Amino acid sequence: MSQLSVEGLAANAAGEAILHGVDLQVSAGEVHAVMGPNGCGKSTLAHVLAGRHGYTVTAGRALLDGRDLLTLSPFERARAGLFLAMQYPTEVPGVKLLDVLGASLRAAGRSPVAADLEALLSTEAERLSVPAALLERAVNVDLSGGEQKRGEALQLAVLRPRIAVLDEIDSGLDVDALRAVARRIEEAPTEGLGVLAITHYTRLLGVLRADRVHIMIRGRIVASGGPELADELERTGYERWDRPAPAEVAVKLGRSF
Amino acid sequence: MPDFRDVFSVAYAAGLDGAGWLQQRRLEAAEAVGTAELPSAAEEEWRYSPVAKLSLEAYLPAPSGGTNGAAGAGDLLGSLRDRWGVLSALVVTFDGHLVSTQITPAAAAAGLAVRPLGDEPEPAGALGGVLGEPSDVFGLMNDAFCSAPVLLEIPRGARLTDPVAVVNVVSAPSLAVFPRLSVVVGDGAEAQVVNAFLSGPQEAFVVPVAELTVGPAARLQYLTLQELGPQAVGIEQTAATVASQGHLAIGLAAVGGGYARSRVDCTLSGRGATGDMSAMYFGDRDQVLDFRTFQNHSAPDTNSNLLFVGAVEDRARSIYSGLIRVGPEARGTDAQQTNRILKLSEGVWADSVPNLEIENNDVRCAHASSVGPIDEDHRFYLESRGVPPDVAERLIVEGFFGEVRGRLPVQSVAAGLDEVVRAKIGPGR
Ligand SMILES: Nc1ncnc2c1ncn2[C@@H]1O[C@H](COP(=O)(O)OP(=O)(O)OP(=O)(O)O)[C@@H](O)[C@H]1O
Ligand SMILES: [Mg+2]
Repeated sequence: MSQLSVEGLAANAAGEAILHGVDLQVSAGEVHAVMGPNGCGKSTLAHVLAGRHGYTVTAGRALLDGRDLLTLSPFERARAGLFLAMQYPTEVPGVKLLDVLGASLRAAGRSPVAADLEALLSTEAERLSVPAALLERAVNVDLSGGEQKRGEALQLAVLRPRIAVLDEIDSGLDVDALRAVARRIEEAPTEGLGVLAITHYTRLLGVLRADRVHIMIRGRIVASGGPELADELERTGYERWDRPAPAEVAVKLGRSF
Repeated sequence: MPDFRDVFSVAYAAGLDGAGWLQQRRLEAAEAVGTAELPSAAEEEWRYSPVAKLSLEAYLPAPSGGTNGAAGAGDLLGSLRDRWGVLSALVVTFDGHLVSTQITPAAAAAGLAVRPLGDEPEPAGALGGVLGEPSDVFGLMNDAFCSAPVLLEIPRGARLTDPVAVVNVVSAPSLAVFPRLSVVVGDGAEAQVVNAFLSGPQEAFVVPVAELTVGPAARLQYLTLQELGPQAVGIEQTAATVASQGHLAIGLAAVGGGYARSRVDCTLSGRGATGDMSAMYFGDRDQVLDFRTFQNHSAPDTNSNLLFVGAVEDRARSIYSGLIRVGPEARGTDAQQTNRILKLSEGVWADSVPNLEIENNDVRCAHASSVGPIDEDHRFYLESRGVPPDVAERLIVEGFFGEVRGRLPVQSVAAGLDEVVRAKIGPGR
């Protein structure tokens, strides 16, 4: 059974410390939600896990089934079973989604025959109500926000990762698409997918049952709980969690506790 | 010190076959070659060019008389037909000699004429009518030593459904050839022409000139295909004029050559004329690919759109400089010029120099250029989907060329470039 285990992960972006020691464990079959105010480091966490350039890990580990992801290239991480659905999917001019998925499946030793690939893609596209024409278009180029998110969901379904980090997959999706994506995730074989879903909205958790909800403030997980935590958050906002950590207070006061 | 003028001389020009007017023309140009200087990189049109490093004395003129290497052309033609599909006509020059001219009955019935100019009485303006006085010694050399000039005529109203291909092959080592082509498309006529240059692995010096005349409301798609060998030096020039409501699409596909230069002058001389130019090029190893373009607007309401897209890898260099010239009479001009270069290795070098010269206020002109490596975000996105790095790079490079590849004229022939580019990107990718 697959497991993503993030331990004390700290990272900088452009020389500035963004993540200050994140701990998380996501096992196959589980859905974990990460919620937090704008700029608290959610996407940074997602990018650091996937190995995007521009970040420096300063402490901690991220293990996928015991392998330290942080030493792997982005391709090797994908190969190891990690998938990232991006908050702002990158436009790649001239490169068709069809060719991307074909190349990925071939590299994974799956579905080398063109006919099989087409069948797989059209089945998945239908399940997610993604127009097949999207496959022939350049990745994310001139797509609407919702189409981009549907494209990310389609890739998730086709690539069958062990662990998926979904960075605001729900923003931009209409209600039907959101349901279809949630259903598709839940239909993944029970031993299959572990999900780390970054979101601002309990709306997502209404359709996608979360086992755990984590609240991230200023680069740290400050609270974790069951789905009720999201409801509480909805009522109270982030303020009650948004207190400087003791160490920061100590620095401000110029002495240690 | 040996000098190329010792070999490329009046005597050599005098020994070439052809009608009296052609011989006369060659002799005058050969005289001029005798006193001409090689251009220097100090001249704007040769800036950044390694022209000073050429040693022209290393090349041999094509022997006069027939050639016995032409038999080898047969295989080549077979493979070209497989690659290019149906053609209206196929004209082949081999080591500077015209060896084959084939026209389908349908194209002949439509009025297509392929005329070897060497045998003809002087057709008015067929040589030099568009180009005018050669702007450099290479143009003069072509005037002086073009051994087999060819004129393609597409008469008024004729429509050719399939492309005409002119294929110039250089096979003998160290040979210098001066291919010359004129294309005249009459009023309202339509044609597609491919002018291809191929050479083997050995040194060669290929100096083509092409002149294109697009009549009123005529349409011409014209593609130069440069697939010279890695040791070849190619210095090519295409000059075109488009009459009112005429439409010309000029394409350049340049993947070969050690040093390969193309200069394109497109003059929109009639009201409402359109001249589109596109180029797709890929340099690797020590190749130097050099492009100079002139979009000349000399009539009102003319429209030109240029898109030059290239990649350089290893230690290759590319040079692009383009000038949009809008004359005082060309109000309502719309001119666009875009150059994009992808740098695939650290050791490459690319220059992109756009220029504007505008003498009318009522115009819309824009130029844009970009030179840079593969976007890290693109690479990350594909890799994070499980696409291996080498495949990701190939997809990105092919994607980078996608737009211009779709815009090149004579698509049935341009399609063959995909494979050439793929081979250049590398077997691992
Ligand atoms: N490459 C970068 N260079 C500079 N600053 C960065 C970079 N990436 C992230 N940051 C900064 O790090 C902080 C966290 O950004 P991040 O995108 O992780 O936030 P987020 O929690 O995903 O926010 P949102 O809810 O708005 O998506 C922000 O202040 C952001 O400006
Ligand atoms: Mg974010």
